[in-house]
Amino acid sequence: MTDFQVPIWGYWLMGIGLAAFIVMLGMYIRKNRGFKRPLFASPYVLWLVIFTVIPCLLVAYFSFTDPAGNFTLDNFKNFWDSNFNARKAMDQEELNMYLSMGLTLEDLGLARNSINIDTLVFSLWMAFLCTAICLLLGYPAAHIMADRNFKLGPTLVILFIVPMWMNFLLRTIAMMSLLEDNGLINNVLEMVGIGRQKLLNNTAAVQLGMVYNFLPFMVFPIYNVLNKMDYKLSEAAMDLGCDHWHTFYKVTLPLSVPGVVSGITMVFMPAVTTFYISRLLGGGKISLFGDLIEAKFLSTSLQEWNVGSALSLIMMVLILLSLGLLRRVDPEGEGGGMV
Amino acid sequence: MKKLVSLVSVLVLCFSMLPLNNAFADQEVVNVYNWYDYMDEDVFALFEEETGIHVNKMYFTTNEDMMVQLRVSPGAYDLVFPSDYCVERMIAEGLIAEINFDNVPNLVNVNPDLINPDYDPENKYSVPFMWGTVGILYNTKKVEEEVNSWSILWDEKYADDIIMLDSIRDTLGVTLKYLGYSMNSRNLVELKAATDKLIEQKPLVKAYYVDETKDKMAAGDAALAVVYSGDALYAMELNEDLDYAVPKEGSNVWIDPMVIPATAKNKENAEKLINFLCRPDIAQKNCEYIWYSSPNAAAIELMGEDYTENTTINPDPSVLERCEFFHDIPDNYLTIYNSFWSQVKNAK
Repeated sequence: MTDFQVPIWGYWLMGIGLAAFIVMLGMYIRKNRGFKRPLFASPYVLWLVIFTVIPCLLVAYFSFTDPAGNFTLDNFKNFWDSNFNARKAMDQEELNMYLSMGLTLEDLGLARNSINIDTLVFSLWMAFLCTAICLLLGYPAAHIMADRNFKLGPTLVILFIVPMWMNFLLRTIAMMSLLEDNGLINNVLEMVGIGRQKLLNNTAAVQLGMVYNFLPFMVFPIYNVLNKMDYKLSEAAMDLGCDHWHTFYKVTLPLSVPGVVSGITMVFMPAVTTFYISRLLGGGKISLFGDLIEAKFLSTSLQEWNVGSALSLIMMVLILLSLGLLRRVDPEGEGGGMV
Repeated sequence: MKKLVSLVSVLVLCFSMLPLNNAFADQEVVNVYNWYDYMDEDVFALFEEETGIHVNKMYFTTNEDMMVQLRVSPGAYDLVFPSDYCVERMIAEGLIAEINFDNVPNLVNVNPDLINPDYDPENKYSVPFMWGTVGILYNTKKVEEEVNSWSILWDEKYADDIIMLDSIRDTLGVTLKYLGYSMNSRNLVELKAATDKLIEQKPLVKAYYVDETKDKMAAGDAALAVVYSGDALYAMELNEDLDYAVPKEGSNVWIDPMVIPATAKNKENAEKLINFLCRPDIAQKNCEYIWYSSPNAAAIELMGEDYTENTTINPDPSVLERCEFFHDIPDNYLTIYNSFWSQVKNAK
C-alpha cells in the first residue's frame, strides 16, 4: 500500500517477541511452573479490547444514532423498510408537490420496500444450504479420515489443510476463471460433448464457492472428535452384537455430536455473513446480507454508515442467539469450535 | 517479576502497532494518493531526479474509500486524484485547498475547453490529469449491427452477454440518458423510470463489474459492455474485434483532476509535481502509458497521428456536445440514489 518500511529494530523486536512467546509457551506447558494464567491473558485482553470490544461498542453506538450523534431508532426502521431513509431524506415540500400531482409513493419508488428482510432471509437460506451440504460431505470425509484402518487418512488431512494455506480470495478468483464461459471446466465439457454450460454468475456458483471455502471448518471439528474417540467403544459394541450400521448409529454418532455442533457453528456463522464470494461468483447480480452491509459502508453518504451498523447489529444478535442455542447442546465446548 | 514480564509483553505489543516509517524524515517529500496503475512510475523517478523531492505513493480503489481516508487522516496526503464529481463535494466540505497557479506555469499546455469545468467553475482547485467518456464497448464478431443507441443493452438477442457497470452514478446515469433525461436528474419520476428499466434489464445482464470488465471483454466473454473510454482502449489493444461507441442519446464526459487537500503538509511540492505532470513530454509519457484522453494539447501535438486518428481517445467534438458532466448530488438525494440502486442490485 504505502512506502511502509520495517526498520531493522522492528525485525529484532518481532524476533524477540516471538522467542519470548515460545519460551513462555514452553514454560506453560511444563505445568505452569513460574508463570500463571492471567499473565498470558494480559496481551490478549488488550488485543480483545482494542479490536473486539471497542469496535462492537462503536457498531452499537452508530446503530442508535444519526450522523449528528443524536439518539434515534430510524436505522432499525430501515431494516423493515429499506426506503425509510430515502423517504425521510426527501424534501417534504417537494414530496407534497409530487403527491398533489396525483402520484403515489409507489409511482415515486418510495413505497415500503422489504429488500433488507428479503436479503436476510435469502442469506439465511443460503447459509442453511451451505451448512447442510458441508455436513453431508464433511461427516463421511471426517469419518473416513479418522478411521484407524484407513492408511491414507493422514494424507487426506494434509490435503484438506493445504488449500487453507492460500488466501480464500485467491481461491475464489481461481474458481471464477475455472467456471467462466471460456474456462477450463467448460472447455472440458465441450470436448466431452456435453456442451458449454452457464456455470458462473448464478446462485449455484455462489453456493459452490461457499461450500468450497467453508468445508474444512466442518470437517476438522468432526475429525477431531472422532479421532479422539476411544475405538474400544466401537469394538465393544461389535462384540456385543451390533453390526456396522448399529455401531455407528448407537455409539459413534452420539459421541460425535459435539464435533457436529461445532462444525455447524463454524460453517453457519461465516456463511451467513458471507460477502465478496457472492460478488465474485455471482457477477454482482446476487446480493447477500453481507454485501448489503458492505454497500452501506462504501457509500459516500454518511447516513448509510448508521444504517449499515444497525444491520450489522441485527446480524450479530442473530448469531449470538444461535450460539446460545448451540451452547445448550454442547455445554462443554468439546468440539473445540466455541470461542 | 510477573509484573515486569507482563509490562514488557504489553510494551512489545504496543510498539509493534506504531507506524515505523522514519526513513525519509529529513528529506523533501510529496505524498501522492492515486488510483492503482494510474501513473507511469518512471515519471516519479524523473521527478525525484530533477527536484530531489521524494514521492511517497499511496493508492485507493474507489472514490468512497479515498474520501473516507481524507477525512480520517488529515495531513497524510499532498496530492490526490479524485473523480470530477467528488471535487464539487470536496470544495463544499473544505477538504481541498486553492492551488497557487504561479507555481504551475505549465497550465498553458492544458486544453482550454477542459479548464473551468462544471465541478470547479472558476478553476481554483483543480488541474485536469486525464479525461474520457462512458460508452459501449462491443465485440464486432457477436454484434453485427451498428451500435449507436443505449437501447441495444435492452435487446433480448444479447441476453447473458451484457456487462453493466457496478457503479450507481454511471449505470443510473446512462439509463437516464437513454430515457432522454439528464444524468444528474433529481426528479423522482425519472429516477423511478430508470430504476424500473434497469430491473427489467437485469435478466439480460451477465454481470455487474467495474475493474473486471476490460479483461472479460478482451477475452471475448461478452458481446456488449458499458465502460469508461480508457478501459475500452485497453481492451481494444488486446482484442482487435472490439469497437467503442458513444450512443447518440449522449453520455457522460469525465475528467480526473489533481487536487491538493486543505491539510497538505507539502503544498508547494505538490504544486511542483502538478506543474511537472503538465509538462508536454511528461504528459505524453503518462498518456502513452495510461492511454486515456490527455487534456494536454502540447502533449497531443507530440504524439501525432497515433493519438489524433483514434476516435475513441480523441472523439469528435460533436460527441462531447451531447455528453454531460456528473454533478455532485446532495446527501439527501444520494440516499435516494442508493435506495434505488439497491432495488436494482437486490432484484431477483
